[in-house]
Amino acid sequence: MENTIITTCAEITLILLTLSVIFTFVRLVLGPDPADRIVALDLVSVLMVSYLAALSIYTGEKTFLDVAISYALIAFLGTVALARFRERLARRSADMTCRLAEPSNPEENQ
Amino acid sequence: MMEWAIGILMISGGLFSLVASVGMLRLPDTIIRMHAATKAGAFGGGLMFLALAGFYMDLSITLRAVAAIFFLLLTAPVGAHLIGRAAYCTKVQLSERTRIDELAMVCEWCDTQSVSHPRPETGDAGQQPLP
Repeated sequence: MENTIITTCAEITLILLTLSVIFTFVRLVLGPDPADRIVALDLVSVLMVSYLAALSIYTGEKTFLDVAISYALIAFLGTVALARFRERLARRSADMTCRLAEPSNPEENQ
Repeated sequence: MMEWAIGILMISGGLFSLVASVGMLRLPDTIIRMHAATKAGAFGGGLMFLALAGFYMDLSITLRAVAAIFFLLLTAPVGAHLIGRAAYCTKVQLSERTRIDELAMVCEWCDTQSVSHPRPETGDAGQQPLP
């Protein structure tokens, strides 16, 4: 009997997470700036980790937890790589970058 | 009783994820969208892992779930900081309702033609020099 409650709640949660992924993909398509798309991809990966956890409860398969953890690791690396790539690309393509709060070099100012 | 707690945790996690995605869709600015995505998304994932730990009632599963929550809470600010830095340094369009741009004081643009970039005028607090 207790499986009925948990299965129903897991189904509702999977539907909510699917709606969230659809909304985030709308922003991923619309996003005017590449930074918007990076943020949307980051949210999609976090939502996928949540989806894997909910799927582990829904199917009763313990292996999905390991999949979720390793996917979270790889998704963080992907986000970091995309953000660094965006910043470096802008810095390489000339005068669009800034220097944020770096200690000022006195020789450079003279 | 336990299954109701697990169900409530799962559904609230799903609702937080939905809030994150609706904020992703509706908020006006890249940096505000990043605020919605990282905080609410990581919190929803944490609630989901908490429900997972309560569902299995196993020591190894609970330890892995706690490690996953810790990892989510550790990496969300780091990723948000990197994306925000990249977005600000590539002069992403800020919202029209931005009133104070505090990074403008410490930010040293490489180009001198700062008239062209689409940044709204900062208020009085943005133009005060650093003490």
